[in-house]
Amino acid sequence: MGATPTAAVLDAGNLQQLLDILQKQNYQTVGPTVRDNAVVYEHIQSVEDLPRGWTDEQTNGRYRLTHGKGKKFFGYVHGPNSWKKFLYPPARQLYAADRMKHRFDVVAPEPSGIKPALIGVRACELAAIMVQDRVLMDGEYIDPEYKARRQNAVIVAVNCTRAGGTCFCASMNTGPRVQEGYDILLTEVVDSHGHYFTVETASEKGRAIAAQLATSPASEEQLAAARQAVDKAARQMGRTLDLTDLKDSLYRGFDSIHWEKVAGRCLTCGNCTMVCPTCFCVNVEDTTALTGEQAFRIRRWDSCFTVDFSYIHGGSIRATDYSRYRQWLLHKLAYWQDQFGVVGCVGCGRCITWCPVGIDITEEARAVKG
Amino acid sequence: MASKKKPTLAVWKFASCDGCQLSLLDCEDELLAVADVVQIANFPEASRAVKRGPYDISLVEGSITTPHDAERIHKIRRMSKTLVVIGACATAGGIQALRNFTDVRRYVSAVYAHPEYIETLNKSTPIADHVFVDFELRGCPINKYHLIEVINAYLNGRKPNIPSYSVCMECKRKGNVCVMVATGVPCLGPVTQAGCGAICPSFNRGCYSCFGPKETPNTEALAGWLHALDQRPDEIVRAFRGFNAYAEPFRKQSEAYEK
Repeated sequence: MGATPTAAVLDAGNLQQLLDILQKQNYQTVGPTVRDNAVVYEHIQSVEDLPRGWTDEQTNGRYRLTHGKGKKFFGYVHGPNSWKKFLYPPARQLYAADRMKHRFDVVAPEPSGIKPALIGVRACELAAIMVQDRVLMDGEYIDPEYKARRQNAVIVAVNCTRAGGTCFCASMNTGPRVQEGYDILLTEVVDSHGHYFTVETASEKGRAIAAQLATSPASEEQLAAARQAVDKAARQMGRTLDLTDLKDSLYRGFDSIHWEKVAGRCLTCGNCTMVCPTCFCVNVEDTTALTGEQAFRIRRWDSCFTVDFSYIHGGSIRATDYSRYRQWLLHKLAYWQDQFGVVGCVGCGRCITWCPVGIDITEEARAVKG
Repeated sequence: MASKKKPTLAVWKFASCDGCQLSLLDCEDELLAVADVVQIANFPEASRAVKRGPYDISLVEGSITTPHDAERIHKIRRMSKTLVVIGACATAGGIQALRNFTDVRRYVSAVYAHPEYIETLNKSTPIADHVFVDFELRGCPINKYHLIEVINAYLNGRKPNIPSYSVCMECKRKGNVCVMVATGVPCLGPVTQAGCGAICPSFNRGCYSCFGPKETPNTEALAGWLHALDQRPDEIVRAFRGFNAYAEPFRKQSEAYEK
């Protein structure tokens, strides 16, 4: 780890202070909570909303939430949601058009001005946000709503101290330790010193907020405990994706017979793309008022697994299931590198857990690479 | 709009429960707006005032189950410029298509005191098996907003925004947790066409496929997974034999597990 400003320690009993400070500054505090048998990201008001003591078992196509004996607020591994729904909402009206006599007037909405405070962002998720930054605001085509929310956002990252059953961030170099891009970074520790968070900051915004917390200087021992907890998570990780020669070896596997095999299992339902924290594809839907006096253009999350996604004049380019699965995997792991200079996958494992039939991207990539 | 003659709309019923045509009346808040832009010319469930055809738009509910109906649908087609079929009965044969998997004569003699009075076909079939259909609107019942969307698209000369992808897409956009992954509940969402707003998964239930098979449904892979989740073959047969039992991919899948 590079030299970060001297870390502080926040007693777990004072975590509510963080929410209070953010709310006082008109941030929408968003964080993990338990709903419908999973940890999801929603608006939260107090630490009471956090999934304290909850943990999860995850494997291909299976997720089970359990209430353990632990008292950690962040002892779970991420559930199906990613933070993209708060930065890049699933549906958004791009503009309305009013029919005038010989023309039509277009009215585009202003960016919403929402200030999200994302609490509990994990290393892979932060890496995913930075991938989406490249796509949605750092390039030639800027999404004004994304950019506004992103610039308004405060990111309170949390280091993972436990690896989930489908995690492979260590092999993607995106975790489990948070490296950059956060405002405040917490590491939760329960040991003989008690239950506390080490607090690090990496931005002016973060420092200003952390300065208001009732922290005390961290001891060398406490910092070592935090470090070891994260190291343990890295060691626990059971899956890997080999980045060596990834792009070229996948390109060589473009005509692999393996695509047909995985298509036999794939439901082309789109779940993997919906839960993926980097998938950004949308469709643009035009609609009208019944009278035809107004038209609307609406953007919705779409998926490369739908037939319509690649529909152009005359038909769909990717009518077969295997061509759609191939497009998804190759885009994520290979084309993305050519397009945006990074791998599109951050190793969060959501597509493995939340695939209704448990298809594992790491296994499929390995098989295609041969 | 006012200066132009309003397009005429007719609603027709075949073997069905009336639920889908009722969705037009269910439009409530939007009903006046709809009545403003189309002339409801023939809709016996709403009004006895019936105007003679031909009609610009016909909405057809129900499946073909009798020789008489098999004739009648041709007459309706002839007097309709655009024919839109609505609901699982009209698009897949409906729940009454369960008869297609057995011998209907056995039922007739078991149910009716005078089976000789009953004139019925062996199979309940969708409208598209009989006449050309301009658009199929799925669902048991249909989504009333879809109905308005189809009328709206027709009036404004555009393509209706009716997706043919999976329920999972709208389920996840809504922020739902996958019930099958998180609880092991069998769910047909991944092979079912979107449109209902993922109602059942929103209440922690699996999808029953009221909207029938989605585009390219991999029912075989899903059935295999359900089997691995401890669903018995007869349970898998029942899962695919619902309101859309006779839709081709579901029919084949249930027959594969019937042995």
